[in-house]
Amino acid sequence: MQFGIFTVGDVTPDPTTGRTPAEHERIKATIEIAKKAEEVGLDVFATGEHHNPPFVAPANPPVLLANIAARTERIILSTSTTLITTNDPVRIAQDYSYLQHLADGRVDLMMGRGNTGPVYPWFGKDIREGINLAIENYHLLHRLWREDVVDWEGTFRTPLQGFTSTPRPLDGVPPFVWHGSIRSPEIAEQAAYYGDGFFANHIFWPASHTQRMVGLYRRRFEHYGHGTADQAIVGLGGQVFMRHNSQDAVREFRPYFDNAPVYGHGPSLEDFMRETPLTVGSPQQVIERTLGFREYVGDYQRQLFLMDHAGLPLKTVLEQLDLLGGEVVPVLRREFAALKPAHVPDAPTHASLVEKARSEDPSVELVETTGAPA
Amino acid sequence: MTSIVVISAGISVPSSTRILADSLGQATVRALSSVDVVETSTSYDVIELRDLAHLLTDNVLTGFPTGSLADAVRRVAEADAVIAVTPVYTGSYSGLFKMFFDVLEEGTLQGKPVLMAATAGTARHSLVLEFAMRPLFAHLRADVVPTAVFAASEDFGGGSVRGGSLAARIDRATGELADKVLRRGTTLPDDPFENPTPFEDLLNDLH
Repeated sequence: MQFGIFTVGDVTPDPTTGRTPAEHERIKATIEIAKKAEEVGLDVFATGEHHNPPFVAPANPPVLLANIAARTERIILSTSTTLITTNDPVRIAQDYSYLQHLADGRVDLMMGRGNTGPVYPWFGKDIREGINLAIENYHLLHRLWREDVVDWEGTFRTPLQGFTSTPRPLDGVPPFVWHGSIRSPEIAEQAAYYGDGFFANHIFWPASHTQRMVGLYRRRFEHYGHGTADQAIVGLGGQVFMRHNSQDAVREFRPYFDNAPVYGHGPSLEDFMRETPLTVGSPQQVIERTLGFREYVGDYQRQLFLMDHAGLPLKTVLEQLDLLGGEVVPVLRREFAALKPAHVPDAPTHASLVEKARSEDPSVELVETTGAPA
Repeated sequence: MTSIVVISAGISVPSSTRILADSLGQATVRALSSVDVVETSTSYDVIELRDLAHLLTDNVLTGFPTGSLADAVRRVAEADAVIAVTPVYTGSYSGLFKMFFDVLEEGTLQGKPVLMAATAGTARHSLVLEFAMRPLFAHLRADVVPTAVFAASEDFGGGSVRGGSLAARIDRATGELADKVLRRGTTLPDDPFENPTPFEDLLNDLH
């Protein structure tokens, strides 16, 4: 099982000091956070994509991820999410393939539709077509990575005749794709159709809702012949704040919760902890809560935590990563592994996808070989 | 079993809005029992929005209903008919009343029989039903009965013996609601999680 962090790149005033970090400071802090994630033994760093304040998540995640790739050795670089609605799928195909080469395969990505309405008109799109854009654009992206020459005509972008997307995916193996959605059954259906991963945001909604979304994806994954329902590839978001003494965690985190952009000034911290996966307490409490997720989604492959939001200072975030990597994840790794049946696969990686491609067709000559272990 | 959900946005206890809500609920049950040839039981239950006020604010801020609000939202979605009753505030339905309809999933009231009612201190507010509330339910694509019931304070005393009284308006409106319920039959909302649109259809619909 993979463990990691995801960021939305919000530039939020620290409610305890009133200080807002400069964009430059926040961007550089994101690099430090990613490096720290690798240092403490996490498997995945994922960045959001944003086009407007108060965010400095990159408008094109490969820009940030390529920089992190050059500063790290092992961690998988991903997105949370890549906007499949308003980006040109040709550019997604090209930019992420290029990133695959730079990062020696340490790349996957998560498709999303975005949460900021005006982004659609800013890029000449209609928000009412959100689902259809996600369906058509991904269908094209899927072909661009798998067919050397593509003829294409669709509803939303200019046609392509004899088009070859470059560079070709590393070793001829496209990056693994997750589809993220909080509440659209169509996206769970889409992930199931392609046999791709499904990532449930999880953190803003009650567990019962996540259970329905994941349940639908698993059932349809089996329907489309990719394996049994319990072999579908599931990822979950999570949100934690830890101190060794749980009262200290609650006291320190409460002002950040109460003023957070997403849920601030609404439910109490205690209500939100009861209704959603948010866990504020000791590392042991985080371990117990996180292990409980599999009781309603089944054995799953990827757990990402949101750690660097709501104005938390960099120093605090790095301390949180020490706790996560040092005390929580090693226990979770052991416990989840002991519970997982042998026929449930791990999350695909570049290495495992190359292995699979070779085993399915040994005659295929690989386009390239990687220069470093992936 | 036919289920009638009555939504009351009254604030005080006792509230004239709740009194009107109960009268409409009881009259609807009577109307359904008198014409229903099949032996089915009918009940109505009341959702008091005052009890959900904090949860409604949370829902507006977080995007999802919790606790007893989640239960109320589910009951409305599963109801065969809805009776919506609000006090008039500042020339319109109350803010609390609107918040409840703001947090319902899109399509929850589509085609659902709805009876609208309102209370106010004087009869001068009676057109609130036609100029504020009916457009709200038109937007929600509800199937609203023609008669809307307005009760001013004076209607709660002595009016029931004369023609055009509150009691007569209640009987006419709930009779219309019962007709719609019987014509439509008992229906449950489509569940996109149980019956998802197959992906091939989603793809083909693009072209």
